[in-house]
Amino acid sequence: MARVVFDHVSKHFGAVRAVDDVSFDIEDGEFICLLGPSGCGKTTTLRLMAGLEQPTSGRIAVDDRDVTFAKPKERDVGMVFQDYALFPHMTIAENIAYPLKVRGAPAKDRAARTADVAQSLGIDHLLERRPGQISGGQQQRTSVARAVVHKPKVFLFDEPLSNLDAKLRVEARSFLKHLQVELGVTALYVTHDQAEAMALADRIAVMEGGRVVQMGPPLEVYRKPATTFVANFLGNPPMNLVPVKLRLDGGRARLQAAGLDVAVDPGRASRFRDGADLTLGVRPEHLRLVPDAGEATFTGSVYTVEPLGPETLITCTVDGQLVTARLFGDEPPELGDTAHFRIDEHHLELFDDAGVRVER
Amino acid sequence: MRLLRLVLTRATFYAAAAIFAALFAIPLVWLLFAPFDARANLAVRLPHPFTLANFGKVFANAFAVRALFQNSIIQAGGAMLLVTLLATLAAYALSRSPIRGKDLLSYGLVLFSSIVTGTAAMVPLFLLIYSLGLIDTQLGVILVFTGGLLPAAIFIMRDFVDSIPRSYEESALVAGASAWGMFKDIALPIVRPGMMVVAVWTFVNVWGGFFVPFILLRSPSNMPASVAIYSFYTEGGTPIITLTTAYSLLYTLPVLALYLFVNWRYGFRFFGGIKS
Amino acid sequence: MPERRTILPLRTGLLFLAPAAIFVVAFIVLPFFWVAVVSFTNRSLTGPGALHPHFVGLTNYLQLFAPRTFLQPGQFGSSLLITGQFVLFSALIGQAVLGLVLAWLFYRRESWVKQTVQTLAIVAWIIPDVVVAFAWSAFLDYGQGTLNHILTGLGLPRVDWLLGVPMLSIILFNTWRGTAFSMLLFSSALGSIPPSHLETADVTGANAWQKLRDIILPLIRTHIVTDLILITLWTFNTFTPFLITGGGPAFRTEVVSILTYRIAFKYFNFGSGSAIGMIMMLINLAFALVYLSLLRRREATR
Repeated sequence: MARVVFDHVSKHFGAVRAVDDVSFDIEDGEFICLLGPSGCGKTTTLRLMAGLEQPTSGRIAVDDRDVTFAKPKERDVGMVFQDYALFPHMTIAENIAYPLKVRGAPAKDRAARTADVAQSLGIDHLLERRPGQISGGQQQRTSVARAVVHKPKVFLFDEPLSNLDAKLRVEARSFLKHLQVELGVTALYVTHDQAEAMALADRIAVMEGGRVVQMGPPLEVYRKPATTFVANFLGNPPMNLVPVKLRLDGGRARLQAAGLDVAVDPGRASRFRDGADLTLGVRPEHLRLVPDAGEATFTGSVYTVEPLGPETLITCTVDGQLVTARLFGDEPPELGDTAHFRIDEHHLELFDDAGVRVER
Repeated sequence: MRLLRLVLTRATFYAAAAIFAALFAIPLVWLLFAPFDARANLAVRLPHPFTLANFGKVFANAFAVRALFQNSIIQAGGAMLLVTLLATLAAYALSRSPIRGKDLLSYGLVLFSSIVTGTAAMVPLFLLIYSLGLIDTQLGVILVFTGGLLPAAIFIMRDFVDSIPRSYEESALVAGASAWGMFKDIALPIVRPGMMVVAVWTFVNVWGGFFVPFILLRSPSNMPASVAIYSFYTEGGTPIITLTTAYSLLYTLPVLALYLFVNWRYGFRFFGGIKS
Repeated sequence: MPERRTILPLRTGLLFLAPAAIFVVAFIVLPFFWVAVVSFTNRSLTGPGALHPHFVGLTNYLQLFAPRTFLQPGQFGSSLLITGQFVLFSALIGQAVLGLVLAWLFYRRESWVKQTVQTLAIVAWIIPDVVVAFAWSAFLDYGQGTLNHILTGLGLPRVDWLLGVPMLSIILFNTWRGTAFSMLLFSSALGSIPPSHLETADVTGANAWQKLRDIILPLIRTHIVTDLILITLWTFNTFTPFLITGGGPAFRTEVVSILTYRIAFKYFNFGSGSAIGMIMMLINLAFALVYLSLLRRREATR
């Protein structure tokens, strides 16, 4: 149980700024996901927390204790690695008990605690096996068991689900979430899978180029992406982003592009001049199919139709630009059809020419 | 027609294979038969009369016994322990610590070790051991072999350590182990197969080595089996074929056994340095 | 950025490296310079040169290269020529070609036949020097040797291998001895060729020779160069022919390693022996540099 503070933390490798002035607080018992593409600095941030790297500048604290330069063993963390890193020469029981052993716990306590943890993770029947003799999902649980056995203050996860197949991954995901809530331990979790982050996190920190570009609860980050980068990274398929020009005309504001024309509340556009280059963003599920061109915001010709069961993805070309809509229940148009779509204004996001979201 | 061609191709293949097999085997057949032949000479023939008495002659010869069962084992075993220990530590450091220019260091190591061979450097190696006062000692032989084999051993070992994910050691550190505890509990057991390969490789090389003990040792009581065999078949007029072949067979068996062991235990992974 | 991840602190790392470094410096680096120093002196094992060696400048080198004696039997030039022949015929032609033939013969075949032939080649390669040398002395013996038995069995005349054609004998011996290395290297090189390359050639209708020439040889080119340089280095420095012929008869098989031994340890002329050692090292250096630049280029293109 712990509060974690990152205070202007940077980590440079030569000229590369892997982590660049990152600051955030994690509340006691909170589950934080670091989300971003490879090379964004999320894993380095996690390793700074673990003590496997030391920051170039800044300060890291756990429960008001400065641990910036503390060794890993002085930090009381538990970590699950991407490849699980189960020691191949030890049995599952020895693997799980290793953190207790290096802390000098008596053999009897070790065995009892190991049996306890193994049972709660459903791997107690595997204790005498070796890592090579159990399945990927079981290895993953063993790795989690080893990380929790000594009741650490902070849990660290480095893409722990990426080596599992798709079906197992969803199962393991719910299991991890349940476990974290049950144990109530502060957790820092690295992933490049936005769905995973959405499902697990109390708050998501989206990273790009070594910086945290947005941090907030999953739905807030999803609904109000701070930048076009975040908009593009979250959601599958991602938010549609269309370059538009702002037209201010006697107290009214319109966004226009070839094949698209939509009115917006002039208040939202007040700080821009007429003819400003903006980006319009809209989630695929917020595009409504309408029968005729009169109600439509834009019209496109159907490029692909992908029925996924509960929903159907329709991608249209609108003057050379691809726009994807997610339709539920509607009778979907067919390939080559002309389709009319409407965007309701309250679903519409605006980004300025630097890609930063315009507040309503 | 097609069938005929297939048969011909097959026949050519088996004929070629048989010829190659014969080429490699025939020079050694004599060595397999003569030790069991009471009247062995330089000719190949089935042992007649078959006997084990030749091995008895070996065990009755104090010089031969001492060379094989004491000196060769001390020298090969000593160099094996030293090389395995030092190469493991060095390779681990080269792989896992932030030593600047370590890749250049590795290249320099290979370069120097392929230039300074035992034969090209025989004079300075002799003078070095001479000035250390170790001429005609087993230790001198062990030291020279260790120095000569270390670079290749470090290279083999570094390859092995580099192939091991660092997350093993990192997870031990995060679990709370000290640097030494991590090395002892995790790193060492994981690199053990590599150490075994290096140990076997070193042992076989020193066991079979002739030149180094040949120039560094003087007294018969210090000679390893390789030099003993050489003296058996070159000195004292006609060689005693019966004794020498039986002795050679006994001397060769550990090498074959170790080769089979490595092959069985780790598969014969090809690496350039198994013999240099 | 895995290469930046450090697990062992710098100080511990240097501590781990130190013992090996001491050995390498003492037994590899130091001798390299020592041999150069001794080669400019008249140092010997016995006599006045043992206690008070003098600087003699280039005398040792001038003697080695003295034009009048250079190519006489038992002299440096003659020995170099012998070594050159030995390397060319036993390593570059014998081991490499035979190794390639064996690797190619058993390529994509898994059978007891392959196992048997390869195991026999490997056995010839791993048995200790003195034992194979002893076995070959018997094998080549004029009166009783197996080889002459086979020849007479085929109706051919006996050959006095060790006294009549000693060069041919040690070339045959070294080919037999070392082929396994090339065979294994080429086998692993062939094994790394994606089968789809050859299947493509099959589809286009190439015959076996065209496949070897157009696809396989170009793909394993770097392996071939690696092999040639390594076996050249090893054969150039080997002392094993000494165990069969002793360098004779009449210096006819005296490769440079045996010449060095004779001068340094039979005549106890360390200065002159070191001069030969120095030249051997320079030749080794040339081969090693070619090899290293090759390794680096391969790593760069990876």
